Amino acid sequence: MQPLEIAAEAARLRALFEAEGATAVDADILLSAETLLDLYGEDIRARAYLTTDPFGGEMVLRPDFTVPVVEQHMRSHADPARYTYAGKVFRKQEDVPERAHEYAQVGFEVFDGRDPAGADAAVFAAISKALDGLDVTPVTGDIGILMAAVQGLKTSQTRKAALMRHLWRPRKFRSLLDRFGGRTPPSPTRTALLAQEDPLADVGQVVGLRSRAEIATRIAALREDAATPPISGEEMALIDAILGLRETAPNVLSALRDIAVDLPAIGTAVQAMAARLLALDARGIAVDALAFEGSYGRTSLEYYDGFVFGFSANAADMPSVATGGRYDALTARLGDGRAVPAVGGVIRPDLVLALRGDA
Amino acid sequence: MLKLGVPSKGRLMDKTFDWFGQRGVTLRKSGSDREYAGAVDGIDGVELVLLSAGEVPRELAAGRIQLGVTGSDLVREKLSAWDSQVQEVAPMGFGGADLIIAVPQTWVDVDTLDDLDAAAAAFRAAHGHRLRIATKYHRLVREFLKAEGVADYQLVDSQGATEGTVKNETAEAIADITSTGETLRANGLKILGDRPIHASQATLFRGRRAGWSNAQRATFKALQAKLGV
Repeated sequence: MQPLEIAAEAARLRALFEAEGATAVDADILLSAETLLDLYGEDIRARAYLTTDPFGGEMVLRPDFTVPVVEQHMRSHADPARYTYAGKVFRKQEDVPERAHEYAQVGFEVFDGRDPAGADAAVFAAISKALDGLDVTPVTGDIGILMAAVQGLKTSQTRKAALMRHLWRPRKFRSLLDRFGGRTPPSPTRTALLAQEDPLADVGQVVGLRSRAEIATRIAALREDAATPPISGEEMALIDAILGLRETAPNVLSALRDIAVDLPAIGTAVQAMAARLLALDARGIAVDALAFEGSYGRTSLEYYDGFVFGFSANAADMPSVATGGRYDALTARLGDGRAVPAVGGVIRPDLVLALRGDA
Repeated sequence: MLKLGVPSKGRLMDKTFDWFGQRGVTLRKSGSDREYAGAVDGIDGVELVLLSAGEVPRELAAGRIQLGVTGSDLVREKLSAWDSQVQEVAPMGFGGADLIIAVPQTWVDVDTLDDLDAAAAAFRAAHGHRLRIATKYHRLVREFLKAEGVADYQLVDSQGATEGTVKNETAEAIADITSTGETLRANGLKILGDRPIHASQATLFRGRRAGWSNAQRATFKALQAKLGV
């Protein structure tokens, strides 16, 4: 495919988003890596190209637009605001080397706290419309429901915080849940440690920056955790039920309403989902056929914490043609505590062209 | 010619020469001791290339050598998706060393990777930066910690005297190769977990890069038969 064709398709898509009221913005290709390293840690090195500037420290080739666009928005104090952009992003593909290392993205981001369900629907509908006529199927999910379920567990704040911290790492989340639910016994070293009256009694001079007080604090936390009763089998089953949801959105909604009887903490999130489905319906989306998966969007390095969606090609083996979601928490992290509810999505124009060529 | 890359000095070279010698293939340095030229007896069509063990993975991946002896840790560290680029022909049974994570012995509360993860979260909250792990094995350590679900750490590069970084407060933990663990203990460190990140040993590798000639393939077959691998 010719770069000029892709650029023309990107311009067409961006014009569609401008027609939805978005302001066109741009971002540097070479960005300071500080924010991304702070958000994602070492994992970003496996996903993005990092390099070093003699004066500016670590720099990164733009792996996506969301972070720089959020930073621009948080500086502008505009509210509400809609943005669109088109440009290349750069990704290492260590697991699937044959995938593109640089490709164009066209995005649509909505910063608007007045009507979250309406904003979710506006983004989804705009992207759906832009992909009109292509052989693609959308999938949706909602990380906010899982978050609400974790917060609603009858267990200690420490355990909830640990689960929330690993929400985007499904394997680790599962192993923590099994431990907190008493399905995995504590390690023998842990049991031996807690059997001692004062595990720090015979410890000499502490080496390194992590202090004796920090070690003592963690031992106290471990004692508290050992005395905390396991998460009940019923609650474990409810979490499993949420993660296992895989149905049309209306059927999932009905299942979630049943789950909410036993886990009232998810009530608000379930209501938000109901409002979103109404808003999507009002925008002409065929909600009855819309797929919903309870685990969708839980891959690491993502920042979505509410509605999530993706459009994948039905016939072709290719990455998702479009993806997006809500990222309220990211705006709080980048806005020094000042959060703006935000939702957005991106389309890959190269894949749109490839699909149109297939059609 | 089938080019065989072998570490150019030290115990690794001597042991490699012994290993091939025991199997009827004599490798030796030709010319003076300082010269990195080699000769092969006992089989035709094999050329000995002497180079640094750290360069063997790259040369194999690039196809400039077809066979190479180096540590299995170096191949995994230096090549992404290593097993799509090179193939293990034979583990050689020497040069064994474990890549491990070590933390201060005084961290009585940290014995598993789950402990390390929890300690890292608390450390970051208390100190405002991620828990630092000093290493030169960036890829191996990063992939291992990702698979184990450890977050809130950062790697700091250390090309030598890694065990000293904790005492010097430039890192809180280390990830390094150890064969006995003595240096660790002397520096007040203990090994984390019950299995290493990688148990390394000297290994004969074959490059997967296309473009082998029929002659090279035939020579490789003959060499395999001779070596019994």
